Amino acid sequence: MTKAIALGTGLYALWLLLSGYWDDPLLVGLGALSAIAVAALAARLHLIDDEGVPLGRLPRILAYLPWLAWQVVLANLAVARAILAGPRAISPTLAVVPCSQKTDFGRMLYANSITLTPGTISVDVGPDAILVHALEAGGIDDLEAGAMDRRVRAVEGP
Amino acid sequence: MDLVTQTASWLALMGGGAFLILGAIGVLRMPDLYTRMHAASLVDTMGAGLITLGLMIQAGPTLVAVKLGIIFVFLCLTGPISTHALAGAAMMRGEPPRLTHDRARGKFPGPLGQTSPLPPDLLGHDS
Amino acid sequence: MFIAAAAAILVGMALALVRAALGPSVYDRILAVNMMGTKTVLLIGVLGFLTGRPDFLDIAMVYALLNFVGTLAVLKFHAYGSLAGPRSDADDPPSS
Repeated sequence: MTKAIALGTGLYALWLLLSGYWDDPLLVGLGALSAIAVAALAARLHLIDDEGVPLGRLPRILAYLPWLAWQVVLANLAVARAILAGPRAISPTLAVVPCSQKTDFGRMLYANSITLTPGTISVDVGPDAILVHALEAGGIDDLEAGAMDRRVRAVEGP
Repeated sequence: MDLVTQTASWLALMGGGAFLILGAIGVLRMPDLYTRMHAASLVDTMGAGLITLGLMIQAGPTLVAVKLGIIFVFLCLTGPISTHALAGAAMMRGEPPRLTHDRARGKFPGPLGQTSPLPPDLLGHDS
Repeated sequence: MFIAAAAAILVGMALALVRAALGPSVYDRILAVNMMGTKTVLLIGVLGFLTGRPDFLDIAMVYALLNFVGTLAVLKFHAYGSLAGPRSDADDPPSS
């Protein structure tokens, strides 16, 4: 129930931000109505669970994002250097990177973080490992060092 | 709009444009599909991020800036998913990656290929 | 300033078009088209500022979502030959 209310509130906040009509009571009411309807439909479809609305993990996810953004910036500069250096400078590598996450949500977050970071792409996700293609062999070494894996494990929670 | 914000916005827009062109050059220049995808993700992250940042500085603290932020969040959420889907589809259909180091051979769950291209049941999924 | 940014995006789009024309595989073309879609989103946004109509951002947002769905739809269509997924009599994707 808490999750359904949180989902409805979040949807309504998104509606308010996107529409920009804050002074017309009819439109504001219709927006609230549609947010409530969507939350109710999602509850009836049993879509509201720990994966759909990761409410308890939200603060930890928000704390993880700045670190991820910084990694993305660093990786961007590395890939830009590789592009400028040309195809002979790269060392494409395919490797199996172990992942310590217990839940689907954790593996999803880890695989998406890997793909979002330029220079590494998660090609396929297994139960305890991820198949990663990297532009440079160093990208695999960084992943195997495990900094990102540990942080995603911490986001996932106990 | 004073000089500092104008300069910051200009720098962000130009940096974003540079990353967009760099990503496109990488997509043209890299030798095979998978390395091209790395170049394309440059456009999705830094290129889009810097351009939206520059536009947000121009917009100031208004709803327009929030909307730009939401667009960037959409791009960040959808970009990795389509990249992952493309890589997975290409690998399953036997588009062989050109590698200098293959550290995956025989290690992934399921009969990972003795030879590239990898077999479709790479993952030991249900198939 | 916006004109310079729009020009940079257009140059990037032209380069992406070259890759889409060269191929060689269908996945390269999908990649190029996907990248072009991202750039279109940014171009619509910049054009909105250029013409002083920030309402264009709504169109950019819809285009971002359509681009994502379109890429997945094309990939699925290419893999299974229909948008409904694998046929029930042949669960594995056909090996071309």
